[in-house]
Amino acid sequence: MAVYKLKTPISEEEIRKVKVNDVIYITGTIVTARDQAHRRALEYFKQGKALPINLEGLAVFHCGPVVSKEGDKWVAVAAGPTTSTRMDIFEDEFIKNFKVRVVIGKGGMGKKTTDAMAKYGAVYGAFTGGAAILAAKAIKSVKSVEWLDLGTPEALWIFEVEDFGPLAVAIDSHGNNIFLDVAKKVEENKQKIYQKLGLTQ
Amino acid sequence: MDMAKVIEDVAFNILKQAVIYLPEDVKQALKKAYAEETSETGRTQLKAILDNIELAEKYQAPVCQDTGTIIFYVKAGAEAKNLDKLEEPLIKAVRRATKEIPLRPNAVDPFTQKNSGDNTGRFIPYLNWEIASGESIELTVMTKGGGSENVCLTGMLVPGEGINGLKKFVIDAVIKAGAQPCPPTILGVAMGGGSDIAIKLAKKALLRPLNEPNPNPEIAKLEKEIFEAANMTGIGPMGLGGKTTVLGVHIDYAYRHPASFPAAVAFNCWAARRASAQIDADGNVEYLTHKMRW
Ligand code: SF4
Repeated sequence: MAVYKLKTPISEEEIRKVKVNDVIYITGTIVTARDQAHRRALEYFKQGKALPINLEGLAVFHCGPVVSKEGDKWVAVAAGPTTSTRMDIFEDEFIKNFKVRVVIGKGGMGKKTTDAMAKYGAVYGAFTGGAAILAAKAIKSVKSVEWLDLGTPEALWIFEVEDFGPLAVAIDSHGNNIFLDVAKKVEENKQKIYQKLGLTQ
Repeated sequence: MDMAKVIEDVAFNILKQAVIYLPEDVKQALKKAYAEETSETGRTQLKAILDNIELAEKYQAPVCQDTGTIIFYVKAGAEAKNLDKLEEPLIKAVRRATKEIPLRPNAVDPFTQKNSGDNTGRFIPYLNWEIASGESIELTVMTKGGGSENVCLTGMLVPGEGINGLKKFVIDAVIKAGAQPCPPTILGVAMGGGSDIAIKLAKKALLRPLNEPNPNPEIAKLEKEIFEAANMTGIGPMGLGGKTTVLGVHIDYAYRHPASFPAAVAFNCWAARRASAQIDADGNVEYLTHKMRW
């Protein structure tokens, strides 16, 4: 297990060094996007419209933060990850079109996203579910917010972060996916458990 | 003394205790799991959880951004006065807590999809009533996260399979839930009664501290057996692999109809938030779960 401190923008070469089970910390810019923002970003791309921010080399964070406005400044109060599987239907196109290098969330993603990560060079960093204060403390400032019309949780929040993590690399750019491996192992263990409990199939 | 005000303040305080400070037994269980976990990736997750718990206490902030659905358990003394007026101060406390702590507004009208914005709405906060003897009122709050709620399960098992059917039902539920409920989780398990009774008992079993096995040795044995089996799955912290999948299993039961075997599994995530206090007839308050904090 290696530990990497990465600064955005992250290059393809840099991200390809990172392997599953490594731990990464990110300094620089991360952008939140949930279902709605993913959908809109891909629509923009189709129409040839530019996004409010160039995502190349950045990290996209599956998160609907709790934010508060102090004066005219936004502050991230709590910013834990949301379940990533809902974004599985968008993520391969998202990685391909916008060249994000890190996808941050919880719960993991499937085969299609894993393939896109291998092809275009990106990793999935699992942020501990529920660890909202840990995340919020690594967010140094809210640079800006776009697409607020989608609602606070769904908007694009552009965060300036310092040592954001730990992110457990659960999918790397070489086709490895811890969540799929764990699922396979769990299936094997299930038979042993049934046996131990004296159960038949 | 204004009893309604006392109740409102106590409800506000236990809500605040619950969302910021995890109960001592849960913290101890997480520390033990961190010491014993052998998967390196699993350890990073448990460490992050422990760090996050410390930060929440330091900054007086909710330990998780999902501050959950608010559920009260009221154990009301039969001699206590004005029980019919208990609900209003509880609702007021929830509104205040939502604004002041703050809590995430988590009450949505299922017809209009509109969020009430203050964690209240039809039947929310939900009140579970129990009548006890005496004049005091014991108030417990549980704030129940959505991720772990989404994998709760009720099933009507085959009576002929007996306890084995229950074991399989629970293990299959844990495997199906995978990373979703933010493991390590706590399992409330119940059988018998009816479909509604089983899930109610299962959820209530989540209130029992982790270091207290069921007083009935037969059930305690079953709790241990399912606990060990669930931790053999290899799901691990946050589903990233490891031997810490559940922190505890609490089982309860009711007698069943000869033809039915209702069973239920209620999941609670590592952010297992609960707090209790007792109010006597004179308005004196004793905080039961978070003594050192007040
Ligand atoms: S499942 Fe629990 S720990 Fe995870 S995000 Fe929801 S409330 Fe927080």
